[in-house]
Amino acid sequence: MAQPDFSDERNASAGSRALAWLVRVFLAAIIPLIAFVTIYEGFIFLRDSQAPKWVIAIVAIVWGVGGFAVLYWVFNGIVEKLPGAWSERLLPFVFVGPAMAILTWYLALPVYRTFWLSLFARDGFPAGFSPFLPWTWLAGIHSDEFVGLANYAATFTQSIFQIAIRNNIMWIVFGSTLSVGFGLLVAVLADKSRFERISKSMIFLPMAISFVGAGVIWRFMYVVQPANQPQIGLLNAITVALGGTPHPWDKWVNIAPWNNLFLIIIVVWLQAGFAMVLFSAALKGIPEELLEAGRIDGANELQIFFRIMIPSIMGTIITTWTTIVIFTLKIFDVVWVMTGGQFGTHVIATLFYRQSFTARNAGIGSAIAIVLLIAVIPVMIYNLRQFREREAF
Amino acid sequence: MKKQQWFGSLIINGALVFLVLIWSIPTFGLLVSSFRDRSDIQTSGWWTIFPHREWQKTETLNVKDLGLDPNTVMKVEGVEGDFAQLRKGVEKNGKRVQWIGNKRLGRIEVQKRVWTVNWHFTLENYKQVLLGRDTKITKSNGAVETIPGQDMTQAFLNSLTVSIPATIIPILIAAFAAYAFAWMNFPARRLMFIIVVGLLVVPLQIALVPILSDYSKIGLNGTFLAIWLAHTGFGLALAIYLLYNYISTLPREMLESAFIDGASHFMVFTRLVLPLSVSALASFAIFQFLWVWNDYLVALVFLGNNPSNKVVTQRLADMTGTFGNAWHILTAGAFVTMILPLAVFIGLQRYFVRGLLAGSVKG
Repeated sequence: MAQPDFSDERNASAGSRALAWLVRVFLAAIIPLIAFVTIYEGFIFLRDSQAPKWVIAIVAIVWGVGGFAVLYWVFNGIVEKLPGAWSERLLPFVFVGPAMAILTWYLALPVYRTFWLSLFARDGFPAGFSPFLPWTWLAGIHSDEFVGLANYAATFTQSIFQIAIRNNIMWIVFGSTLSVGFGLLVAVLADKSRFERISKSMIFLPMAISFVGAGVIWRFMYVVQPANQPQIGLLNAITVALGGTPHPWDKWVNIAPWNNLFLIIIVVWLQAGFAMVLFSAALKGIPEELLEAGRIDGANELQIFFRIMIPSIMGTIITTWTTIVIFTLKIFDVVWVMTGGQFGTHVIATLFYRQSFTARNAGIGSAIAIVLLIAVIPVMIYNLRQFREREAF
Repeated sequence: MKKQQWFGSLIINGALVFLVLIWSIPTFGLLVSSFRDRSDIQTSGWWTIFPHREWQKTETLNVKDLGLDPNTVMKVEGVEGDFAQLRKGVEKNGKRVQWIGNKRLGRIEVQKRVWTVNWHFTLENYKQVLLGRDTKITKSNGAVETIPGQDMTQAFLNSLTVSIPATIIPILIAAFAAYAFAWMNFPARRLMFIIVVGLLVVPLQIALVPILSDYSKIGLNGTFLAIWLAHTGFGLALAIYLLYNYISTLPREMLESAFIDGASHFMVFTRLVLPLSVSALASFAIFQFLWVWNDYLVALVFLGNNPSNKVVTQRLADMTGTFGNAWHILTAGAFVTMILPLAVFIGLQRYFVRGLLAGSVKG
């Protein structure tokens, strides 16, 4: 049996255990670090070379991927050569360590650092302050750059943020409802149709398209020409054919905030297929006897849909809904490409980008990022609870 | 009863076809337009490629020969109307008489309504977008303006260089970690997995500023390595979670018998677990590949300041800014960015669906 027994570790002296942890953390950090340095050096070499671009591309791919693979192999070899007890203690950390180190650097620590950044003014930390050195905290808090919660206050009181939050709520409400609604509709219809495969594929297809690409597709749908010229955008051509006047739909300020709906449609178009796939699988999981029993009791198809199908797949509906809500909460690309946040269409993530990278205001930018994080915390707690309920781990 | 069933199936299929059409029309319009001539796109809708009725000129008449005075009601070719009416066109007996031009220098056109299709297809747009050929436009004042071509080929190559390692590296690292979580016993194992689950939904926005400042300290901004690692970091939690769900369900007896035969963890992992997990690995690979290829924000932040490394989404977004109405370039450019993900998607849809069903919530 390969699962090691930890009784020897529990009996070991405190010094030995501390040493074991030290080596484990070292192992976790050293693999990505060596990979990083090796690949980096390779890059400097590549950058200075005169080889054609596609050669550099291939070398870069092989170098980057191969570098990591070789390191796992080498470190596994080294640890396997250690005496039995040490090998068993350390080997799991060769496997799991690099992943945890990278996750820590790229997600866990940034949460902490961004939180600290949100308490300071636009230029970030004052000289000498580090969130990782507790003895610098006091000086940092007393420095002029420390603004406390002022960034959050500014975030919630400025009108542009209030508009962004209103828009985000529209995105969440309409985006998720329409995606789930259309997804469910198609899943149910396709389930009863002979053209199930092809129709599902066609609805699903937009999922492969980037937001930027979808932005171009829908800009072209919404194109407006002067009234005396033929309309080349489909929506305005239909409007004119029905006797209406052409409008720049998503950029039409007069109907704000409803012009946001023309941006939301794009995401519904992209995401309905995602919802459909999940619902379709869930519908197929409903036992046929259950539906048959309903029919025998005289229920019509609508009653079967609302009384049997919907309750049976409620779990899937909630999961899908949550996923799309999180997704629309962070919506950025579509708005950025379609309107750039003009015409009253800013959302939280576009303001985050503008504050962090255009206005270079690290304080407000970080405060917005923290607001985004707080918004997803309920889902995080739900996920963790689900995980705890699963006895298996 | 039978008739009712037939009617029901008609409604179901009708509604389905209607939805499928609505969902496909936007992409279809883009695809068609990308092959249309530059001036055609600007003057007529892409749907004119379908048979439709259009007024076509049958003869042109000289106003002076007819002795018409545009300031009065005019009679010509059996119709009558004042200037404003004729300007719009007056219809009678299936033909239309229209005044073209202004009052002083005008002509009369007699038109007939005919069935026609607008089929002037060209590859010129793609040449311009892919080969980066410059276009020269002679303006009305005689000045020649050169519109620089879009070197999408370079951006395509860059996208590949970004996407392939940014797909494989996280899978490699996550597979090792998932194996350890599933089949090895070590202290803090549960805590570490809770961290992974907790990080699943953390919005990546939170990491951009700190990581960017780390990168600028070590001079990594704008390099491929920077964006590989960023995508690895942001995709890793989901990768570990999905692969763990799969790898932990592999039959215990099989792995145990391998250990009894003296295999090491590394051997079991590379010779047994990886080959058995190919479908799960493929599912996540497609997922991550589409995500990275279609990503705009991460590329914008970490590659933004290096024009030679720009990926297709960045290039296309730049084009919408500078050529907002040059639809011949935009449509072809958009299709170039879409072609590879669409091919991957259509070819490997089965794996992708399987990956989705395994549960996907990404930060």
